[in-house]
Amino acid sequence: MNGVITNPEKGSSVHMLLPPKGGWVGVSHVCPPTGGTCSFKAANTATTILKFIDIILRLSSQGKMESRVVFETHLNLKATELRLGLPGTQENEDKTAHSYAVVRNNKRPERETSEDSVSISKASLDQQHVHAVAAPQLKAEIVGWPPIRSYRKNSVQEGEGDGIYVKVSMDGAPYLRKIDLKVYRGYPELLKALETMFKLTIGEYSEREGYKGSEYAPTYEDKDGDWMLVGDVPWDMFMTCCKRLRIMKGSEARGLGCGV
Amino acid sequence: MNIFPDEVIEQIFGYVTSQRDRNALSLVCKNWHKLERCSRKSVLIGNCYSISPERVIERFPELKSLTLKGKPHFADFNLVPHGWGGFVYPWIEALAKTKVDLEKLKLKRMVVTDEGLELLARSFMNFKSLVLLSCEGFTTTGLAAIAANCRFLRELDLQENEVDDHKGQWLSCFPDCCTSLVSLNFACLKGEINLGALERLVARSPNLKSLRLNHTVPLSALQRILMQAPQLVDLGIGSFIHDPHSEVYTRLKNTIIKCKSMTSLSGFFEVLPGCLRAIYPVCMNLTALNLSYAAGIHCRELIKLIRRCGKLQRLWIMDCIGDYGLGVVASTCKDLQELRVFPSVLIGLNGPAGVSEKGLVAISMGCTKLHSLLYFCQQMTNAALITVAKNCPNCIRFRLCILDPTKPDPDTLQPLDEGFGAIVQSCKQLRRLSLSGQLTDRVFLYIGVYAEQLEMLSIAFAGQSDKGMMYVLNGCKKLRKLEIRDSPFGDPALLTDMGKYETMRSLWMSSCDVTIGACKALAEKMRRLNVEIFNENEKVDCSVDGGQKVQKMYLYRTLAGRRNDAPEHVWIL
Repeated sequence: MNGVITNPEKGSSVHMLLPPKGGWVGVSHVCPPTGGTCSFKAANTATTILKFIDIILRLSSQGKMESRVVFETHLNLKATELRLGLPGTQENEDKTAHSYAVVRNNKRPERETSEDSVSISKASLDQQHVHAVAAPQLKAEIVGWPPIRSYRKNSVQEGEGDGIYVKVSMDGAPYLRKIDLKVYRGYPELLKALETMFKLTIGEYSEREGYKGSEYAPTYEDKDGDWMLVGDVPWDMFMTCCKRLRIMKGSEARGLGCGV
Repeated sequence: MNIFPDEVIEQIFGYVTSQRDRNALSLVCKNWHKLERCSRKSVLIGNCYSISPERVIERFPELKSLTLKGKPHFADFNLVPHGWGGFVYPWIEALAKTKVDLEKLKLKRMVVTDEGLELLARSFMNFKSLVLLSCEGFTTTGLAAIAANCRFLRELDLQENEVDDHKGQWLSCFPDCCTSLVSLNFACLKGEINLGALERLVARSPNLKSLRLNHTVPLSALQRILMQAPQLVDLGIGSFIHDPHSEVYTRLKNTIIKCKSMTSLSGFFEVLPGCLRAIYPVCMNLTALNLSYAAGIHCRELIKLIRRCGKLQRLWIMDCIGDYGLGVVASTCKDLQELRVFPSVLIGLNGPAGVSEKGLVAISMGCTKLHSLLYFCQQMTNAALITVAKNCPNCIRFRLCILDPTKPDPDTLQPLDEGFGAIVQSCKQLRRLSLSGQLTDRVFLYIGVYAEQLEMLSIAFAGQSDKGMMYVLNGCKKLRKLEIRDSPFGDPALLTDMGKYETMRSLWMSSCDVTIGACKALAEKMRRLNVEIFNENEKVDCSVDGGQKVQKMYLYRTLAGRRNDAPEHVWIL
């Protein structure tokens, strides 16, 4: 079991949800006067659940805490919770609770979830914050939601099929890079990206004189196997006929700029 | 009715095609039952485990067209464990053995194997049509067998199947004498095909009306294909990337102009927005447009395109169109009957996030003929739903999916009970409903009271108590399929009216409050139901105590008894 709080402080409450499928197990009981909840993950076998209840009941019989054991397998935790939160935080708190109820821990490391849960116990004030941070992530974890056919999910997510990937080499650089031309809307964006990627400056383009103002010139190999200067043809045409990019340096680069 | 000789009655029956009507005919008297069953050509088995193939064949000896559905609907969303079932081989085997003259086979959510396809291809001389929807288990080898052996094949329609692509020459297996193709859809195949073989196939198929290509077919090939098939009515474009200034592109533009019959367009798996101009000439004739896989078309271009499609009746798009874009749809597509808006949020596209209630309200105001809706949105309000209900009283299918499944009305912070209540009250012909958002038991009370024609209901993260489910089971007399996930319905609801399940096709409950004990009791009492319980790839522990909650339960009425093809982790009570 992870994150089990066997001696909860007086005034803290422990959340237990019977998991829809693995993952979360906890016991919900409420200790007034302060609120604060914390959830934690345990194994999901029946024996562990019984162990849990055993602990809680023992503690309560020792007068260490008041307890009421409620098994929740759904999201309506409101019914059994006594919480003190800021006025108007009701909905967010519900959301947080909802988010927890549906976490599947198949793919998430156990650490993550207990971290989340520990921070919850700090104060209900924090709940809103945690909700804002955790919720989008948790939403993504709900199995089978949103209800989209896996075929569609897999097809549309194939970024590869949709991009125009070309290799980019730079004279003197030890290894090549690869970029997706579709990401850029035109030459200025592409050149900016290359400048950032290789940490250099490419000069100003002019139709007559090529790239002036730096020792680099961007070139590309087209479908015919010829090496061309980037920028000479319309962007659309360039996207479809560019096979690879090469950033030339030094005298070779200057050579391209002379004449037609 | 006994005045007429049997031949005349049979002739009359020939005009009755709907399965439900024919079922009704067969109940009138023994004679009609006999006449009907001996003349029925087309049968739909909505749950392949509800009856044995032998029994179907025995009753309908003249069977020509069979439609089978296998896995429960929630299998689409990975909620059904792998290997659960839905194998079609026993059906093909039985049909082959009794020498049924099968001409058409349509399968949905079933496991199809290459052996099955090979047996199918060899066994039925007049086989004409194979339609596979969301199936899995087969490869292009099986397709090759179909292509090679079905000499009179008219239709090969593969939609959203998981096919192992061996990149073989399956298309080349269509013999030269095969000239009967009317419909060919291989859009879901991942691998490359022999373009030359495809072009020759199209060239010798004068009746070809529908062609859907996969993403490996480039624009240049598309142009050559369209030259051979200007009569196409339905086209699925594979890749639409080319230099818009090139000769090839210009030729394509001129070829498309000749496709005067084209009314349906789909595909665009790869798109260069600058190329879209080529299809503008056909836009004004389009009645169906499916851009739900066209991730490469951005909002602006989408809207430009749709402005030209004044005759659209069916539109499938992604939510990157935005509320504004839906407004354009509303003002342009006055004949719109079916709209599906899919979330692009999955693929992390930047930009304004999806659609909201505003888009839906705009659609309801502009598209008064709307009867089918599937809408993935960021949020929904009661006010919007009430407006939609008023504007679209003819709605038959209403499926709403709010991406945050328990989100209340953002304006009032109320649950969406009143909104959906308005929908079921106003749309008196509503047959299918999917709920989402924060919902209490109240919405189910409304559904039970008003949704008289409801046949299929999908519930997720909704309700507060058993009463919710009970309202539905008591109220919806025509309910056939009920699927529930992550909702607080338990044993009392499950057992409240056990006889009801024999009037339905199936019930699915996952992550609810139902216990093993209750399922056992139900299975014990209702012998004509199969009650299946499964956990994710865990062998079910039969000795576990009855109080333990069930993760997933699927029950269905059946005349075939327990099935014996279930894997270890599926427990049939």
